[in-house]
This record gives sequence, structure tokens and C-alpha cells, in this order.
Amino acid sequence: MKILEKEVLVDSQGVRIVKITIRSPDIAAKAKAGQFVVLMVKEEGERIPLTVVKADAAKGTIVLIAQEAGLTTKLLGKAVPGDSLYSLVGPLGHPTEIKKYGKVILVGGGVGIAEILPVARAMKNAGNHVTVIIGSRAKELLILERDLKESSDEFIVMTDDGSYGRKGFVTEALKELLEKSKYDLVYAVGPIPMMRAVSMVTKASGVLTLVSLNAVMVDGTGMCGCCRVTVGKEVKFSCVDGPEFDASQVDWQELLSRNNIYSEKEKHICRLHGAG
Amino acid sequence: MKKEPVKVREKSSAVRAKSFEEVVEGFSEAEALQEASRCIQCKDPKCTTGCPVGIDIRTFIRQVTEKDYDGAYFTIRQKNNFPSICGRVCPAEYQCRKACVFTKKAAPYASREAIGIHFIERFVGDHGARKGLQVKADGEGKHAQKKVAVVGSGPAGLCCAGELSRRGIKVVVFEGLHKTGGVLRYGIPPFRLPRNVLDFEIDSLKKLGVEIRTNTVIGKVKTIDELFAEGFSAIFLGLGAGIPSFLGIPGENLCNIYSANEFLTRVNLMSAHEFPKSHTPINIGKHIVVIGGGNTAMDAARIAIRLQHMNGITPDTTVLYRRTEVEMPARRLEIEHAKEEGVKFELLVKPEEFVGDDKKFVRNLRASRCELGEPDSSGRRKPTVIPGSSFEIDCDQAVIAIGLGANKILTGVTPQLTTDKYGDVVVDGKTMETSIKGVFAGGDIVGGEGTVIEAMGMAKKAAAAIIDYLDKAKK
Repeated sequence: MKILEKEVLVDSQGVRIVKITIRSPDIAAKAKAGQFVVLMVKEEGERIPLTVVKADAAKGTIVLIAQEAGLTTKLLGKAVPGDSLYSLVGPLGHPTEIKKYGKVILVGGGVGIAEILPVARAMKNAGNHVTVIIGSRAKELLILERDLKESSDEFIVMTDDGSYGRKGFVTEALKELLEKSKYDLVYAVGPIPMMRAVSMVTKASGVLTLVSLNAVMVDGTGMCGCCRVTVGKEVKFSCVDGPEFDASQVDWQELLSRNNIYSEKEKHICRLHGAG
Repeated sequence: MKKEPVKVREKSSAVRAKSFEEVVEGFSEAEALQEASRCIQCKDPKCTTGCPVGIDIRTFIRQVTEKDYDGAYFTIRQKNNFPSICGRVCPAEYQCRKACVFTKKAAPYASREAIGIHFIERFVGDHGARKGLQVKADGEGKHAQKKVAVVGSGPAGLCCAGELSRRGIKVVVFEGLHKTGGVLRYGIPPFRLPRNVLDFEIDSLKKLGVEIRTNTVIGKVKTIDELFAEGFSAIFLGLGAGIPSFLGIPGENLCNIYSANEFLTRVNLMSAHEFPKSHTPINIGKHIVVIGGGNTAMDAARIAIRLQHMNGITPDTTVLYRRTEVEMPARRLEIEHAKEEGVKFELLVKPEEFVGDDKKFVRNLRASRCELGEPDSSGRRKPTVIPGSSFEIDCDQAVIAIGLGANKILTGVTPQLTTDKYGDVVVDGKTMETSIKGVFAGGDIVGGEGTVIEAMGMAKKAAAAIIDYLDKAKK
């Protein structure tokens, strides 16, 4: 679990996103699109889940992309090539069901853009017509534009401030597409409010919409039940039943509040470590 | 002349409720000798039958009276790989001590007069650990070329690994978490099982040659078939019972409602009680409610009251249970300890609904009073709700400790592995072999929730069958 490379993808407007390449032959050999790992940066650290953005079985490496938000991602952002993670386990969760759906729209917001990349690649390879919509607050915060462009048939960029691509939210572009044509699947990853907004848009058209949920986890193997989320009146564990669920069935309010349960403590510990 | 039982030394409740240090301090040599001398060395010792692994209790107690502590250690080790652990966590009052001749016939659990077998065992185990006594490998190198994979490093996995490695078999233990011990580490708090005791027992396995690979979830990173393809001759599954059960009542997913597994894991494994020195957070309510009546519920309640003390919150932790104290499956000792530390008990109470505030944090629990009716399928009297008895309890944090189910990560990707309706792995009761040739299983993944020593009993049976299997495969 040695860090081989690190690249700062974004460092602007208070947003820092890093890309880390880690040596892990076992995980690299098995990880599929949609799966995640749980890692600890230090022995006294937390266990956090991160999506596997790329797995290279031949090289024995995996790529993770993280936005520095809490202490753990900030410590990860400080790591340098040559450092080793204290713990890394995976691949966890179910892989995305990759097959020929027909026409697929992938929506990525913020750091969630990283998570749609492996799905876009796999969907394209499976013969789907892939439309990618990515969005962020401003041009400087966009990541992986070139990679996603290469993996899509149609490519749309939205920025809140209009500094690049079209001005507006990803949902506006999504709505237009769904009004103009028939699609077979929408797949969205991003901040919870974005995924909820996507779900509202697609509900009207009835297109199957999958979202990859970023619930708080500890073990990541179904043991602690921390990541439970209500989906269609049933309680599911994001780590073992997900991380992907039918967006129209997710109790978004519950997810949002459960994900903020430690926000005060998170701010406190970041201040203590001079990391925020 | 009848001698009084020796009372074991414990930290005072005022001191221990503010710390995670071990509560029971154990016997001194003089106390162990005195307690051992009460044993009347029955011709037909029932205590051994009461022990799930059949430790020769009469002999090791006699050896203690002769001050042959090394001998006593090796007597226990013939049947039990981890005397220091079992001496601390075994529910002795339902097992060896209940069978003791001094236990009154009709008593539901061991009488006070029963010999303190577990405390003597603990004394002997700690003596062995201090002296570094090692059980020597006795396999004559017969299976030196064979390797066996053990999945899970909890009590069953560790026990099986110990049994096999003693006979010269190469064992690799695969553990999903970053630390070993399974439920012994994430479930049992350090004030019941200090980490140095657990580490010692695991280190002694490593000295026997057992290799442990943490951060490895079998079923995800490797399948059963892949383990065989890598050259393992047999596989033991000690997966444990991994998935927490919930009550299924409204409001159960409100913020600050934890499963016992999450609550215990955050503290025991991730040291959340040392936040911010450790980075894993845990919330600490002013009115904490723990639901359940087993050891897990007692552990959660005792952790809760410690967290409240350590954070300057006036302690208010309540255990809610649907039956009465007699029916509680928890060890009597832990129930007593919880009470001494200030945990309150609301018995014959059934939770109905959690009520939250506008931020979706739990604020109240609505519950009903119960009375006990006829015995149900578990043989215990079934609680029935008294109509119109609904009441409210202040509750800004809850811990649900009502049991666990089978984790399907491995069984779900191994369709050849037969499971029952609960998702538990089905085995041949004599050999613990599963529906897959060369794959054996034991512990909670077989029997549902049991005790540490029961898991070890199954693991020993499986280990013997694995050796037999390797013998036959050898030609």
C-alpha cells in the first residue's frame, strides 16, 4: 500500500483535490467499476471509503481521487510518494452492472466526476452510447475533463458561474437531454443535493437512475451498520448492499442528516491539527 | 469445615467508571491457592462436562493447589488455546461453574458457592503468559508441506490456527479488518479484556509460525476456489456473525442511533473514546438508552456510562429489556458490574418508536410495558405488551444490541456453499465440514451467536477433522 504517485488536480477557491496512485496488486487485479476501498492513513486514523477510479492489474496499481474535506482526506493530501498507508482494504461493494443498456447518461458533480470515469469507460466498452455531463462551481475546479471526453460520445460541461462550458447546474443539461430524446440509464455521482436534484429530474421521465452513495462507514463490510440508508422503505447497508441504489427510492433527507452527524467534531479535529 | 468463596478483587465502581482499564483484577497467588483448595476433587467432575471444550478442570485445580502452575497451564492448554482470554470472558456461571457440585440443583446459573474456576484459569493463563510458556509443536513435520487457510481471526479462526500450527501445518489467517482478534477486539471492551492479553495470545500463535494477513476480505479479493488454486489444501471459515439486527421500528435510522457493533467498533477497535487523539469520532448523549439483555448490551451500556463520565456529562445510561433480569442472556457478573457502575435497568419494556427533532436527531423513545406470558420457541417466557401502557423515555442516543445475522460477503459469491434460512453455513456436525470438500467452518457463522469458548470448541473439532482430511489426502 505504498503511494507511488501523487498529483494535485485542483487547488483553487478553497478546494483541493488530489489524485493518488497506490501499489496494491491484489486490489488492482479484482476492482471493477463502481467498487471502493476503505483506507486508513495512520494507525490512529479513521477508516474512510473511497471509490477506485482506476485499477491497473498489469501494473498492480490503483488510483484514488479525494477532495480534502475532513482530517483523513487532508492527511491523505499531505502524503507524498514513498509514504505507505496504514491500512487499505478492498475492493468492497458491488461493481456497477455493466451491460448494453443503449443510451446512457453519466452525471458527475465536484469530486464525484472521478467516480463516473470508470463507469463511463466500462459503459463505452460495453457498446453503449455514452453522454457525460460534468459540473462544478467554476472552471478551475473541474477534473478529468480530457479522460471523460475520450470515454463519451457526447460531452457537456456545466459551471455554476459560467466560467467554462455552459452556465448552470448539471440538472439543466440533463433535463434538456431527457426532453429531446429517450435514454435507458442515468448514472449520477456527486454531492447529495446534486444527486437528489438529478433524481427529481429523472423521476418525471421514468428512466432508471442509479446513484453511488457516500454514506459514513467504519468497517465497510456490513459489520457496523453505520452506512444504513432507507431505499424504498427498506433499510440497506451502503457498503454491502450498494454503494449504488435506485435514486428514485432513496430517502435523501435521511442520508443528508446521517452524513452530517459528526460535522462539529470534524471541524474541531481539523482545527486541532492545523488542517482547516 | 466449609470454606467461604474467595471474592475476586475489582477496581471500585467510582474509579472504573471513568476509565477503560481492566475492572476485575484477578486472584493473587494466595487467593488462587485458597480458592483452588475449596475444590473437593469430585470423582466424577461435572465441571469438565459443563465446559464446551472439556478442559480437565479437576486436574488443573489440583496442580494449582500443588503450586505446579506450569503444569496447570499445560493441562488447560491441552484443550484451550487461550486461557487468559477465556478466564476473562467465558460465561462460567452458565458452563463449568453451573455444573459444579456446589451449585444448587434448581439454580438457573452457578451459585455463589461454586468454585471460581474461571478466575483460577485466568490466574494460570496469566502466569503462563508472564513466564512465556509455549506449547511445543508436535506434528513431527508430517504435514510440513501442507498449508491451510483460515478465514477470520476471531476466536474460532485463531483457535483453529493454533491447533493446526501446533502440528506443524503451515497456516495463513486472512482477516478483513486492519487488526486481528475479530469480536475479541472490536466487540469486547478493554476493561473486560485488556489489549495486552489479546496481543500476547495472538503473538504466541505467530511464534508457532502462523502467518496473519490483515486487510484481506475473502469473498472480495479472493474466492474459495482461488485459495485452493494458490495451494491451500484445506480452508477453515471462522467468519463470525457479522450483520447487526435492528428493531424495525419507526425512527430507527435517526441520527445518534447506533448498532451495538458500530458503537463498540468505534470505541474498542478505533479508540473513539480517545478522540481527538484518535481520529474516529463518536457522539455522547446526555440520555443514552441501550436496547437488549446480552453481554453486548452490557458492554455497550458500560462504555456509554464511561464516555459520559469522561466527558463531564452526568451519567444517565439505561438498559431496556423486554423480559426480566432472570431471562437476560448476559453474564451475571457483567449485569452486576453494569449496575455498580450506575447503569439503570428498565425491564419488561418494549421499544415502539424513536422520535426525532427537525434535524433528524433522536430525542425520545416511546415504549410499552410488558408482562411475561407462556414460553416461546426459545423456551423463555414470551413478553406481551400491556395495552395502554405506552410511555416516553428521554433519549438523545440509542444503541441497539439485539443480535446479529450472517454476513453474506463470502457465502454470497460461493453458491456451492450450503447455507440455512438464516444464512449460516451448514456443516456436518461431526467434522464441521461444509458442503464443499476440504472447506470446514466453525464459530458464529455455524451456530449463530454463541460464546467465545463455544466457537473454540467448534474450531477444535474442525481442526481435528482437517488433520484427518490431510492424512487421508496424503496417501
